[in-house]
Amino acid sequence: MTRLSSAFSRGPSLVCFITAGDGDTAANLGALVEGGADVIELGMPFTDPMADGPAIQKANLRSLGAGTTTADIFSMAAAFRARHPQVPLVLMGYANPMTIRGADWFAAQCVKAGVDGVICVDIPPEEDPELGPALRGAGVALIRLATPTTDAARLPAVLDGSSGFLYYVSVAGITGMQQAAIGTIDANVSRIKQSTDLPIAVGFGVRTPEQAAEIAKLADGVVVGSALVELVGEHGKAAPGPLRDLTKALADAVHGAR
Amino acid sequence: MNDIPNTFRNQPDERGHFGQFGGRYVAETLMPLVLELEKEYRRAKADPAFQAEFDDLLEHYVGRPSPLYFAPRLTAEFGGAQVWFKRDELNHTGAHKINNCIGQILLAIRMGKTRIIAETGAGQHGVATATVCARFGLPCVIYMGATDVARQQPNVFRMKLLGAEVIPVTSGAKTLKDAMNEALRDWVANVHDTFYIIGTAAGPHPYPELVRDFQSVIGKEARAQMLERTGRLPDLLVAAIGGGSNAIGLFHPFLDDPDVRMLGVEAAGHGLDKQHAASLAGGRPGILHGNKTYLLQDEDGQIAEAHSISAGLDYPGIGPEHSWLKEIGRVEYTSVTDDEALSAFQLLCRTEGIIPALEPSHAIAAVAKVAPTMPKDSIICANLCGRGDKDIFTVAEHLGVAI
Repeated sequence: MTRLSSAFSRGPSLVCFITAGDGDTAANLGALVEGGADVIELGMPFTDPMADGPAIQKANLRSLGAGTTTADIFSMAAAFRARHPQVPLVLMGYANPMTIRGADWFAAQCVKAGVDGVICVDIPPEEDPELGPALRGAGVALIRLATPTTDAARLPAVLDGSSGFLYYVSVAGITGMQQAAIGTIDANVSRIKQSTDLPIAVGFGVRTPEQAAEIAKLADGVVVGSALVELVGEHGKAAPGPLRDLTKALADAVHGAR
Repeated sequence: MNDIPNTFRNQPDERGHFGQFGGRYVAETLMPLVLELEKEYRRAKADPAFQAEFDDLLEHYVGRPSPLYFAPRLTAEFGGAQVWFKRDELNHTGAHKINNCIGQILLAIRMGKTRIIAETGAGQHGVATATVCARFGLPCVIYMGATDVARQQPNVFRMKLLGAEVIPVTSGAKTLKDAMNEALRDWVANVHDTFYIIGTAAGPHPYPELVRDFQSVIGKEARAQMLERTGRLPDLLVAAIGGGSNAIGLFHPFLDDPDVRMLGVEAAGHGLDKQHAASLAGGRPGILHGNKTYLLQDEDGQIAEAHSISAGLDYPGIGPEHSWLKEIGRVEYTSVTDDEALSAFQLLCRTEGIIPALEPSHAIAAVAKVAPTMPKDSIICANLCGRGDKDIFTVAEHLGVAI
């Protein structure tokens, strides 16, 4: 069992996203774990985060403005792995920072830092050779996104080569905006479940414990990002307390569905 | 089968790649739409009615063919090769951008899309997009960096007169790159009814191919006109490059003419050792805005801010076909600074009575360097891709003149 499959085997899981290098990342990650996050997504900042809404855009700018480098991000990941040997850690970001030194370099760094999986927003299955083979070869999960526009004809291509879990984007849009109607999410998740045994985590627009509880009834995981990132933006170095509190409320809601 | 001639005109491949460049690096939400656009473009290309409507609009609405003009006083000034201009600045809306917008809005209508979005830097593509939207009665939203909105007020007003909504983008450096990010964010949230008219031969496949095809009217006309007027092909083609749509439009129909050399001119801004917008000269391959191409970036792959006096060239990337043409060596690329472009701008005004845009002023500056080294019976054809009315305020400011 991998760290990821082990986490999802315990029942509906809470997946928490924050941006690396935004505030005190080590303390923020610690707060997420203390609050009960089952899986951590660590965002790699990028100058041009075109799939992200205002909250995560600003977090990217804060992080890059503070001088965060790719080497720093892998140091943060490695330090997290040393402190939390069991909690799965996934890097999420954009193609250019992941591939600029070559996919093999990136995959090797992931292995070295104890990163369990990678979500790349702008490498669809059609461009899989850019990153997929290197990650699979290194035993790092390639977590793909499926969306409301991923129809039945296309779904097999998305699932082919996916591992870890499948990230279902609940709305056609950017991060941190409106959530889709629960009925629509239910229908899409049920449809996808017929085609894969991978755990399915639902994200984009999930902000409150109430929303998280509803989604946890029909999916294997609930992803919360912008709401946490906003706390880092608001509280800066003092973010760990509020982060832990929100994470705990979300985790209680998600785990309540177990 | 071995007798099929080698060609430079069979790119991209079926996956949208020009060699290692191009591709479809977009979010999953957009991918089905990008595939559908490709299918619809194939159907349109094979449909004589589509081509006929495109040709008709270019002739009667845009004013094509644009003239091919021999510039006698500029030629005398340089004292070398004959200098000819393809006069795309005489098009309706004052630049080559309209060629592409006509093609894309016809595609949008074929696909049943009811809302148009676009990004713009200087506002030329925004104006051209707003123009075709007015012509076809479709609502139009233009994303423009807040910095560019402030420095290009006349074009902002033009777009509004044409009925477009102009949304100032306040993220990042508030220029073209950020406007493109914001347009992509709009598109991903409105995929079902919205068509994104990309302004240059870049972005996810099939955009680089279809923009090139629509802009190739420039090179097809120039080739036929040059043959008719001089009985031969030019020795050298010259065009300015931001994203590279006017250059690829001029170059592409000549790519398989081995005796025709081509020179693409990037913006060297304050100088290649300072802030500039020359992605080929100062960048390296990376992935941004849906394609792999040369980008200005740091060692971590973070995208750098470009600079050029010409807002139309002020972008840290370049169309993927140019990256490929550079790597295989079919086209040469050079760069020209802000100051050199300003001098060329004034030179053309005085010698030929033509006020060029700052974008083709870069091409003219490159011609000024190369023409004197070429024999007098050789021919240079440069693309005059836009007129300079929009730039007189910028130029006045740089010359220290208050208007």
